Amino acid sequence: MSAAISVRGLRKRYGDVEAVRGIDFEVARGEVFGLLGPNGAGKTTTVEILEGYRERSGGEVAVLGHDPAGRARELRERVGIVLQSTGMYRHITVREALDHWAGFYSRAREVTEVIALAGLEEKAGERVNRLSGGQLRRLDFALALIGDPELIFLDEPTTGFDPVARRQAWDTIRSLRALGKTVLLTTHYLDEAQELADRVAIIKDGRLLAEGAPGELGAGGDERYRVSYRNGDGSLVVEETDDPTTLLHQLTAAALARGERLYELSVTRPSLEDVYLELTADVTPTPPAGVAHD
Amino acid sequence: MTEVAALTWRQYRLERRLFWRNPSAAFFNFLFPLILLGLFGAVFSGNQHDLNVIVPGIAGLSVMSTTFTALAFNLTFLREQGVLKRMRGTPLPAGVYLGGLAASAVTNTALQVTIITLAGKLLFGIPWPRDWPELVLFAAAGVVCFASLGVALSHVIPNFDSAPAYVNAIFLPTIFISGVFYDAASAPAFIKDIAEGLPLKHVIDGLSGAMVTGKGIGDHLSGLAVIAVWGAAGIFLAIRGFSWDQRRD
Repeated sequence: MSAAISVRGLRKRYGDVEAVRGIDFEVARGEVFGLLGPNGAGKTTTVEILEGYRERSGGEVAVLGHDPAGRARELRERVGIVLQSTGMYRHITVREALDHWAGFYSRAREVTEVIALAGLEEKAGERVNRLSGGQLRRLDFALALIGDPELIFLDEPTTGFDPVARRQAWDTIRSLRALGKTVLLTTHYLDEAQELADRVAIIKDGRLLAEGAPGELGAGGDERYRVSYRNGDGSLVVEETDDPTTLLHQLTAAALARGERLYELSVTRPSLEDVYLELTADVTPTPPAGVAHD
Repeated sequence: MTEVAALTWRQYRLERRLFWRNPSAAFFNFLFPLILLGLFGAVFSGNQHDLNVIVPGIAGLSVMSTTFTALAFNLTFLREQGVLKRMRGTPLPAGVYLGGLAASAVTNTALQVTIITLAGKLLFGIPWPRDWPELVLFAAAGVVCFASLGVALSHVIPNFDSAPAYVNAIFLPTIFISGVFYDAASAPAFIKDIAEGLPLKHVIDGLSGAMVTGKGIGDHLSGLAVIAVWGAAGIFLAIRGFSWDQRRD
């Protein structure tokens, strides 16, 4: 089966500014794929091209086998979209909204079931203008899922959530994967990507800097380990290696020979956060162009 | 085709239900012209000449307010809130959605013109319309013209907070110079010249012909042409500038 999303050499230009400068990636079916990057990196532009909201300036894009620029109705039947911030009719109730939206799709899910999935049972009869921010976000989820989509776009789905609400949203996203759905998630919470995504891509200044499983994403491509401990005089020693077995053997053998202990000994892999910060650090002091477009 | 009709009907029903749940929209789109009619009707009570002006005048005003004003406000709000963008992401065809919105506005026009016609007969000594086709023709021409101009105006309104300023800067002068509240024949020449170039005066003349003076469609062909020119410009601008997304700048 072909990839759910395939992006080849994607470019987007706004006037003189190139917001996306040649991006390639693929999202397999059933995968949760995270798109990471600082504000202005080109994440939202990229996702909105895939969603069919924007036209690309160059490159090839396929979403479930369709070119999203064609805005085929058949494609929109199979895609659910949670935008960063979208309003809703203020005087509609949760149940009315889902009933109405269900009518847009030829194979809609049961309204009551989707209300339960989004955790909105107690608010089903409430009007939208009486919902809290978190409840509105859950309504966004519910409206995106009502058509039983194969592919779901989530643009910063938990921004502004409290920790409990985030955990609940994460559970919902995990349940989507359990159902075999494909999810494209953009976020600037690295723990969210680490927690949910099968693979992530890091974008900055319209370019893709790294791509891979969150646990295996290495800045230089090599597997790096960080070994740290406090030596006899209490100072912290950090060593990096691609062969922790040998290094540990040497360190511990030497310590034993001296009759010392290695306090606070730890072996860690660089976290997604380390990799992210390293990759997205500004080398040049001047901010790059294109910042205004995300 | 039947599926499109069924979807449009569903969208229309939702828009109607939500319209009545929004007190400020219901007031300004619906009650306001009727309150004006009541006030001016009371002021001109017993003066049939003025009543003959005010009843078709208010009918013309309500054609404009239910379409031009209402759609400019609505679309600015729906665009700013992101409702348009959300709709754009669903399989609902764009024409169905906008058709439902427009049909809801036109329902308000039809209801108001009906109420004003009834009030004219029952309260203000105006006979039943002599020329029903003319009444329908000018109301319909006004609807198409003002609805498209309202959609076009929504493209230049930067945000919902400034919508009243933009809309009223056009709506209020237009209703004052177009002879809603007084006999346009008694206005100064330069005011008359401006009003002649605008569509509202000709909508009111047509409605007045149907309701009061008995002048037929044939006497209002040049007015119909002015409405048609504005309508064509409105349709062109409404389609050309349409955006589902709030402009980013």
